[in-house]
Amino acid sequence: MRVTASVRVVLAMVFAFLVISPLIIQRYAAPKETAKAKLDSQTALARHGFYLQEVAHAAGVNFVHQAPTLDPRLNHIMPQVASMGAAVSVVDFDHDGWPDIYVTSSKEGAKNALYRNLHDGTFKDVAEEMGIADVNRPGTGVSMGAVWGDYDNDGYEDLLLIKWGKPELFHNDAGHGFTRVTEQVDLPPWINANTALWFDYDGDGLLDLFIGGYYSEDVDLWHLASTKMMPDSFEYAKNGGRKYLFHNLGNGKFEEVSAKVGINSRRWALASAAVDLRGTGHPDLFVANDYGVSELYFNDGKRFHEVGEQTGVGFAPKSGMNASFGDILNQGRYAVYVSNISEEGVLIQGNNLWVPREGTSGDHLQFENLARDFGVEIGGWSFGAQFGDLNNDGTLDLYLTNGYVSLDRNRSYWYDFSKIAGGHSTIINDAKNWPAMDGRSLSGYQTKHVWLNDGSGKFVDVAQAVGVTDTYDGRAVAFADLWNQGVLDVIVANERGPLLIYKNTVTPENKWVEFDLEGTKSNRSAIGAQVTLFWNGQEQVQEVSGGSGFAAQNERRLHFGLGKTPHIEKVVIRWPSGKVQTIEEPAPNQLYSIKEPL
Amino acid sequence: MSQQSVALPPQPMPPMRWKRFLSLDNRYIAPMFITCILVAGHLTFGFLESYKKTGIAIAASLLTELILGRWFNGKFPNIASAYISGISVGILVRSPAFWPYAICAIVSIMSKYVLQIKGRHLWNPSNFGISVLLFLAPETVAGLSIQWGNYLLPMLVIWILGSVIIARLHRFNITGTYVASFIAFAFLRSYISGSPWQSEIAPLTGPMYQLFIFFMITDPKTTVRSRKWQCVVVAMVALVEMILRLSHVVYAPFYALFLVGPAALLIEMWLDSRRAIPAHATA
Repeated sequence: MRVTASVRVVLAMVFAFLVISPLIIQRYAAPKETAKAKLDSQTALARHGFYLQEVAHAAGVNFVHQAPTLDPRLNHIMPQVASMGAAVSVVDFDHDGWPDIYVTSSKEGAKNALYRNLHDGTFKDVAEEMGIADVNRPGTGVSMGAVWGDYDNDGYEDLLLIKWGKPELFHNDAGHGFTRVTEQVDLPPWINANTALWFDYDGDGLLDLFIGGYYSEDVDLWHLASTKMMPDSFEYAKNGGRKYLFHNLGNGKFEEVSAKVGINSRRWALASAAVDLRGTGHPDLFVANDYGVSELYFNDGKRFHEVGEQTGVGFAPKSGMNASFGDILNQGRYAVYVSNISEEGVLIQGNNLWVPREGTSGDHLQFENLARDFGVEIGGWSFGAQFGDLNNDGTLDLYLTNGYVSLDRNRSYWYDFSKIAGGHSTIINDAKNWPAMDGRSLSGYQTKHVWLNDGSGKFVDVAQAVGVTDTYDGRAVAFADLWNQGVLDVIVANERGPLLIYKNTVTPENKWVEFDLEGTKSNRSAIGAQVTLFWNGQEQVQEVSGGSGFAAQNERRLHFGLGKTPHIEKVVIRWPSGKVQTIEEPAPNQLYSIKEPL
Repeated sequence: MSQQSVALPPQPMPPMRWKRFLSLDNRYIAPMFITCILVAGHLTFGFLESYKKTGIAIAASLLTELILGRWFNGKFPNIASAYISGISVGILVRSPAFWPYAICAIVSIMSKYVLQIKGRHLWNPSNFGISVLLFLAPETVAGLSIQWGNYLLPMLVIWILGSVIIARLHRFNITGTYVASFIAFAFLRSYISGSPWQSEIAPLTGPMYQLFIFFMITDPKTTVRSRKWQCVVVAMVALVEMILRLSHVVYAPFYALFLVGPAALLIEMWLDSRRAIPAHATA
């Protein structure tokens, strides 16, 4: 067949159209942002049902995270190695019914802070008098995160502090102070940990403890035996820190059982979270790993079975930095959000929103990544994220912080980073082979994302419109109803930056209900208790968490938004002990303090 | 000299059937090799973004080739080259979306039929498609930028196997010259930029370069004929790449080939046409 000149012209036009089609597709497929404009609180309230105001200073909180100074042989890449440690966890440590805030700093000698809620809109740092401030002494490592759980069931939340260094456990002495019990419980001498969580994996009523290592535990970042301590691959690294599972023996002692129960991994763990994904009554464990695939461990109460690949979440290697669960479609099932890296023109990993695949459940549960379809895929160099109903409309929204190293705005380290990241393990593994950063930024000064859930599978970014305009290097995000007003406030810990407290104002038309649970047969913190709320013909499930997101822990109290005219049919609480409790037709706009029935 | 005056060489014995069966047509060696890389990489390290995305790239590439080949030449073309283009796109393009894989593959193959001069296409198809996509869709698309797991062995196997195959195809001069030039320029870049030389060599150890040096720069249809000039051209590719790298261009090798390859072919065509004029004049 002869191709005529006119056909060639048509073909050339089609070709030209295809060549420019990426520009067209990107233009129309770009995520919708409601507004880049400055915050107009009344407009935000009318349009989105809420707005956030940063009030840390006004609330008496003037905390600035400081980064560590590691071995001088890392000086040329210090900003990217010493790039974590800003953590936040919410706890009512003195049991007064008002959430308090614990934040970490990571410079040698810097103090951590415990902000006691003074009930009048302000906070006071009491860490020093409580004995949990001076925890970054030279030679012991520096703080990387903290999680709270009542490991001895005495009614007061105890503090586990993880470090690049010696982990520490502090017993809460009835809210009057803390006693260091690290030696008594025999924690390892050194873990370069970036994630930990409390959960009762075997349902014996005692909180157990998971700690995930990042750098190998034989690396002392202040006194390197060798500069060959970097990951041996950008996407397949297995030379990270080991994982620990401490089984609570109930006598103030813990037994390390990770190998015995099937947790053997040397991936570079950055985040972990646990919920009961299969309705077995036992919490399953999700671990988001940097430089590799995520891991999902199904828990049968005695052993863990790694099913990442089988369930779909552990197939494509990325840079996992967050793990948080949320019932985003009000179906009584959890999705999990894993943050990764996306940098225009260099690396587009995209964040993962793993949603249970239709028709799969139990041991055959599978997930599919719907981040792109739902509009929560691209978030820059993403770190901590949390699900929560920020405008009380009855659906879980998503707050994501981001930004890696903000130095010189006009010079980027990305070219050099991509060059070395593609190298063989023998090159990438050795810090001395990494090009010097020389004050350059690496995905710095990024804008944050507050994605509002429309309930039907679409999230819209409203960060700028509702007042989230900071561009710090965000790490940890935690939600809490700090002023007991039936809304979720947001606390953000920034690397080398200030702790931010975004106070939430929600339209009063939208109702809410909260549950403060206390276990009796179950662990007293009620971690693992699952609350399913049935209202207006829909349901939403939430679980009390012993740590989630990145280096964060939300308030243990569970918060449900209900929308405008809610009729709550019932609330079903499944306690970790297995006991099921039903509350019929509770009234909205109430906080319910519920003790597990004996 | 007429053909009849030439003494016919003795006819070789027809090869035995089993020998014919085992003897590989050169056209299929490269596709088999790239398939081996794909399968081995994926089974050992989960190399692919997803089966679907790679499948889309291969299918789009084959379909476009079959349609356009039939249309332009009146018969279905051999699809070995389109298969390599599709699989290269499937491996080298990294995107959470599906559309870049389809568009990149289609644009790659179409470029062979549309961007022709004197019946010869100028760009290596997948180099064209990938370069266009990386340049125009940076928000959605990135290139492959990771390495082969943590082990030296797979890399060595690919390098050795690739070298043997490329030598059998009489194109090792291209690969060898490029690698030598890259290493020399890497040390020069290290000297100029002050970066450790290991970091400058590092990209060469990744799978992106394995595909680049074995499949892209050696494409018979888009390289000049003379073995000597092949070496010169590929050294120019490495030189332009160095200049781009000094300007911190992440996808320097693709863009360097995109710029230098067609320029070399155009020069060759121009020289051919100049030689043809005196030949016509004396005929």
